[in-house]
Amino acid sequence: MYSKSLVPLAVASVVTITTALVLVFFYAPLDADQGFVQKIFYIHVPMAIVALCGFVAGGVFAIRHLRSGDRSWDMRSYVAIHMSIILGLAVLITGAIWAKASWGHWWLWDEPVLVSFLVVFLLYCVYYPLRFSIEDPDRQARYSSVFAITAGAFVPLNFMAVRLAEKYTHPRVLSQTGGSLPGEMRLTFLVALLGVGLLFVTLWKLELTAKHASMQLKRLRNRARVAA
Amino acid sequence: MIAGARAILRKDLLIELRTKESVPAMVLFSVTVYVLFHFGLDRDSLDGELASGVLWVTLLLAAVIGVTRLFAAEREQGGIDGLLLAPVDRTSLFVAKAAALFVFLTAVELVAVPAFALLLLGPGLGGALPELFVILALANLGVAAVGALVAALAAETRARELIVPLLLLPLLVPLLIACAQATEPLLRQDAGPEELGRWLSLLSLYDVVFVLLSIAVFDFLLED
Amino acid sequence: MPALPLDEAGKYVAAAYVVFVALILIYVAIIGAKIARIDRQISDLVEDDE
Repeated sequence: MYSKSLVPLAVASVVTITTALVLVFFYAPLDADQGFVQKIFYIHVPMAIVALCGFVAGGVFAIRHLRSGDRSWDMRSYVAIHMSIILGLAVLITGAIWAKASWGHWWLWDEPVLVSFLVVFLLYCVYYPLRFSIEDPDRQARYSSVFAITAGAFVPLNFMAVRLAEKYTHPRVLSQTGGSLPGEMRLTFLVALLGVGLLFVTLWKLELTAKHASMQLKRLRNRARVAA
Repeated sequence: MIAGARAILRKDLLIELRTKESVPAMVLFSVTVYVLFHFGLDRDSLDGELASGVLWVTLLLAAVIGVTRLFAAEREQGGIDGLLLAPVDRTSLFVAKAAALFVFLTAVELVAVPAFALLLLGPGLGGALPELFVILALANLGVAAVGALVAALAAETRARELIVPLLLLPLLVPLLIACAQATEPLLRQDAGPEELGRWLSLLSLYDVVFVLLSIAVFDFLLED
Repeated sequence: MPALPLDEAGKYVAAAYVVFVALILIYVAIIGAKIARIDRQISDLVEDDE
């Protein structure tokens, strides 16, 4: 039942994340401005990037579902979006913790990453009520895919708009991803990003396994009932 | 395709003219919200950012009402299935519904924007009218496209009245940002467009993306 | 704002990482339990067949 790649993926995730944690706390230098609090950056930004990729992947899977009519693509889309929403919640919580530690407020409207994420999160939360208020499974899958594609196209537009609207007074600190980071920080960041990405794929496959198993169970039950 | 779209559009406009259910409600709602803002903000007149924000948020909230009712006629008379049996392809249906929504929004704005100028706006509207028309036209296009899509998405769910605002409003955030930023310098004491090009470009990009996307994706909705 | 002293900053950083780890563990636990339950039900059904 478990796909063959699940165990190596899980091992790779654990190894990468452990390495990343070691690097964060023992290798990466202390940031001159923010001090120790900057370490949150190594967990917050990778989660944000992976969540965004997850939402876009959900949209891509949805396109494949609509074109082929094969519902397994819808399942992949659903799990990707579902997990990205959870990651998104973690992004918002860690972002708030970072904001409180750095600036004294639990929220910052000046951080375009954080603000866009709030809007994206609010949008994707509607995925569940939309999906589960439609009873016919075929229609449910189709409408969910339409939503996933619309929302996936929305994400980059939203980031663009929020970033454009940002007033130019505050420096964008959270969003420093690759450009201006010194070497050791960049390496740590990339390892952390890889770790979170691998973790996402591992958990995604794990949940897909659970879903297939429950569908198989349903099929077996139906067959047993018919035979009886 | 055009003939089918035009037929549906004419039917929708005739129904609205006869029953007057959506547009007057949206206008009334807008004016009520202006009154709420007056009391909520405790201000007699607004200008600049505040004026721009109040105007656009009110218009978008009124749009929610229009979107929720977009397929109401079909639903109430069991007509959605009838429409689908007819030889009309879904793209025509989308174009017709979006066009209807565009017309309704324009009608609402013809009353709601002057009402805003009368009730809450400090500086006059006069100098900035041409730019305002352009912004409103582009905004209506975007709201019409996204609104028709959301209306169809929510058309057959049981929780329609909840899902429409929850879906529509986040999707309209980029449009709101562009419109509010573009309108803000027009509503200042020393009115004059600033950086209009940048915000109009964002607005146009938004419109293009969502019109194309909605047309592409609409075929998969309302199918049986 | 000047950087927080190490002991105070530590609390916030720890909180952030705890959120991350807790999320993973809770998620894995839920999915693991679900799979275990389904496994059990499948083997029950298979037994009934025999």
